[in-house]
Amino acid sequence: MLNLVVCVKAVPAPSIAAKLKIDPATKSLPRLDIPLVINPLDNHALEAALQLKKKSGAHITVICMGPPPAGNIVRECLALGADKGILLTDSAFAGADAYATAYTLAKAIEKNGSVDVVFCGMASSDGATEWVGPEIAIFLNMPVVTMVREIVEDQGDEWIVKADFEHGYRKVKLKLPAVITVTRNLNQPKPLSFSGILKARSKEITEWNHEKLGIPVERIGLKGSPTYVTEMAHLESRRKVEMLEGTLQEKVERLVQILSDVGVV
Amino acid sequence: MIDFTFTEEQELFRKAAREFAETKIAPHVPTMEETNRGWDEVVKELAEAEMFAVTIPEEYGGLGMGYVARLIAIEEIARVSVATAMMYQVFGLGFEPFIKFGTEEQKKKYLPKFATGERLATVAVTEPSGGSDPKGCSTRYKKVKGSYTLNGRKCFITNSHIADAQVILAVDEGNPEAFTTFIVEKGMEGFKPTHEEHKVGMRGCNTGESEMKDVAVPAENVLGGEGKGLKVAMAAIGDVGRGGMVGCALGLQQACLDASVKFSNERILYGKPISNLQTIQNKIAEMKIDLEAGRLLGYRAAAMQEKGGRTSNEFAVAKYFTTEAVQKAAKMAVDIHGGYGCMEEFPVTRYLRDSFVVGPSAGTSDIMKVIIARWALS
Repeated sequence: MLNLVVCVKAVPAPSIAAKLKIDPATKSLPRLDIPLVINPLDNHALEAALQLKKKSGAHITVICMGPPPAGNIVRECLALGADKGILLTDSAFAGADAYATAYTLAKAIEKNGSVDVVFCGMASSDGATEWVGPEIAIFLNMPVVTMVREIVEDQGDEWIVKADFEHGYRKVKLKLPAVITVTRNLNQPKPLSFSGILKARSKEITEWNHEKLGIPVERIGLKGSPTYVTEMAHLESRRKVEMLEGTLQEKVERLVQILSDVGVV
Repeated sequence: MIDFTFTEEQELFRKAAREFAETKIAPHVPTMEETNRGWDEVVKELAEAEMFAVTIPEEYGGLGMGYVARLIAIEEIARVSVATAMMYQVFGLGFEPFIKFGTEEQKKKYLPKFATGERLATVAVTEPSGGSDPKGCSTRYKKVKGSYTLNGRKCFITNSHIADAQVILAVDEGNPEAFTTFIVEKGMEGFKPTHEEHKVGMRGCNTGESEMKDVAVPAENVLGGEGKGLKVAMAAIGDVGRGGMVGCALGLQQACLDASVKFSNERILYGKPISNLQTIQNKIAEMKIDLEAGRLLGYRAAAMQEKGGRTSNEFAVAKYFTTEAVQKAAKMAVDIHGGYGCMEEFPVTRYLRDSFVVGPSAGTSDIMKVIIARWALS
């Protein structure tokens, strides 16, 4: 039976996204006291694991790094059909960039035991670096394919997948164990079911902090982040308006001049 | 110390119910409004989403999730479609006499099929002579060699034309003090749904009349015991029927508030959104206060019901409060929308019409006050 891990992130709910204020000191988003949802692309990652479970049998562990309220997201994943949940929660994890996050997740995956495939959403709706999945693969010394839109062959330990590439796709053969990051084209996640919510009652959620993972604080959170955001700003685009004056001929000449200046003609 | 918070599981349940309502029920609303039909499609969606199994015990194929979960489900569905919520809550009302008063044979025969949505149920008490006085019921039965013959008419019955089994209250022809509830099934000779209602609101919610002409009902279809019919009917209506109307009212109130907040933030007058105007803020505050208070009353009663107690009094208070509040909220929502509140493309017009039907369903406000006064004076 396959051992699958799905990395999920708790992100701010879209309904309040527009009202969020970024912390001016850390340049990060607050995650306490705001409604959290499963990162949308991680939903697709979990659905991929669930479809494999239904088709060939698999054990699915969901791992989420976040503050204590992110435990609700792990519970939701169990209600959707995952078998086991791990919440990595520790104030020392706060402020982590993609590198420190990937390191922490990789350590948790190692501690959890043998794995055949690690599924990640291609990007999160808040950070959107697309780096975490590939960095997990590096830490675990596994091959990685990003932007997977179709799993063509999934029997045995050599899979074939299609991954987005510019205006088309590339077909990739990869040997397990491996990391796959997925796009929304891969599948249509199924909704929560009431019987799934009841079944989740008997499923286990384990909490690990940095001590349980056996990792030093220098490698995690803000302290373990080689990159940090120095500035965040809104890009504003405004329209430049010029009303063309004069006779029809004068207007045409002026219009041709404008178009020529910007290289259109 | 009282904990007023929902559990993690209840919050998940609310999320699932909301997603269901928004993705599976909402697309059917325009057709239901235009044609006063569409119930087959929404019943199918409810069945696929396991909605019918919520209060049916696990040993009979249900999920056994309880009455708080039921109220959450009805509230979330009502936010999108009160017509669907009404049908759904009355299906649950139909199951309840089987759960509470059914024999083991009746439970095994009916509940598993109710749980999957393969068969549907309703309760029929109201008659042309009145529903506020169930003792005034004129549908009568006569015992004939171990079975019963029923004659009469029921009206304003939700799901009358789609229920497979109706729990019908009737009076003994020979004894006006003896009432019995019978399971009358579609296809029984002499029993048929007749007139279909066209209501001012809740369009697409099937409502109509049923007629019984010398319907032969076998003894095993007596529900709750001969002569115990009033107890059976009123327990179902008082606890589950009223509780369902609380859910319908709460969901509709939330819809009125959401629409009013959205419109008042977008509508610009005097250079600012009208949500800046105190007169609009007063209305929104009133809606919010009533909604919070109604939720406390409703969920408190549902939590007590889950513990096994009778809650018809508590639900009478919650039903009175929330159904009166939703009629006020719908009127205020239309007022906030100004001229747009008269245009059918804005949902508040539907909310206003729906609120009129929420009021008298499962007992008028005046009857609720009679019940509450009796409670206070006892």
